[in-house]
Amino acid sequence: MKKRVQVKKDVQIKKEGPQLKKAIFIGSAVLLVLVFVLGIFLYESERLDKSVKAAEQNLTFLARGHSPRLGPVEAKVHIVEFFDPACGTCREFYPLVKDLMKANRDKIRLSLRYAPFHAGADNVVRILEAARKQDKYWQTLEAVLASQPYWAPNHKAEVERVWPQLGNLGLDMERIRRDMYAPEIDGVITQDLADAKALNVTMTPEFFVNGRPLPSFGYEQLRKLVDDAVAKAYP
Amino acid sequence: MNTIEPKGRDPSLDSAWTLVFLAWLIASVSTLGALFLSQVMDIAPCVLCWYQRIFMFPLVFILPAGLFPFDARLVRYALPLAVAGWMIALFHVLVVAGVVPENIRPCAQGIPCKEQQIEWFGFLTIPLLSLIAFSLIGLLLLSTYFKASK
Repeated sequence: MKKRVQVKKDVQIKKEGPQLKKAIFIGSAVLLVLVFVLGIFLYESERLDKSVKAAEQNLTFLARGHSPRLGPVEAKVHIVEFFDPACGTCREFYPLVKDLMKANRDKIRLSLRYAPFHAGADNVVRILEAARKQDKYWQTLEAVLASQPYWAPNHKAEVERVWPQLGNLGLDMERIRRDMYAPEIDGVITQDLADAKALNVTMTPEFFVNGRPLPSFGYEQLRKLVDDAVAKAYP
Repeated sequence: MNTIEPKGRDPSLDSAWTLVFLAWLIASVSTLGALFLSQVMDIAPCVLCWYQRIFMFPLVFILPAGLFPFDARLVRYALPLAVAGWMIALFHVLVVAGVVPENIRPCAQGIPCKEQQIEWFGFLTIPLLSLIAFSLIGLLLLSTYFKASK
């Protein structure tokens, strides 16, 4: 009889030990994850604060006269997109931005700024700018984006693979090859990269809607920012 | 009569458990820290960082497997990871310090391993943090081994 009681107590103590350990373990795991999530939250809100301030202080850096534009000049909602022709996400966002503009007809204008962060992407920007001189900017951009997986394997833009993609756009290819290294195009790229730096743009695409950056990256966030701006500008 | 020391309950086992638990804590903090640096702060990991991650991340899952119930043999499974990670971290620290010459650096492609985006208090770089973490985990696992084999 006595022995049975002792065995029972043994079992109880043996059970309590592991249970305490489990509680410590699970508690620590939960705590670590909570700290991690809190860290993300704090870091992101600080970063957003910084970029909102940077955009407010540097409104002149946002829009430059030299940038390609789409949409009516009098549109009150202005999207400024920093993009890299070799960036896959920029490629995916291009039709989405066009849809947004279509859904809010004549209320949105778009300015494209260059942030050619990928290796070799600046040469593709040069081709785009040279095509702009022949008034074929948007067709060229669309052809370039459509064939991006072919000419930018492994995130490296290979300009030799871009040429064949432009065959049936009616471009004067000789002229493009001549124009693409013009000093004014150098100036556009240098200026856009400098502005991107001043505005804290480190990844592409980056959007500013009437001077406000995306709170966090994503299509839904962009759509909401645009919708809010449209509702404010066209009550 | 009240203080019954249960059979098979060895107090040194408890301290061994604590040692492994501490090792797990260090591995978890290192893993979450590495993820924070790359995913939240957007600091891209270089090749050497990736190899260290390969040896650090599994510890977060392997160590608890030996904690519940406690199994001292976990040292056999976890220590090789810690040692391998420690060696890569040491190599990385030497690369950053410039001790290892350029031509045998295996980080030719992509992000340079020598460049350091973070230097806390003027000396604490990410590879150094990694080396410290792997050292601590290795020492904790070694003392677990000696505690449990006593």
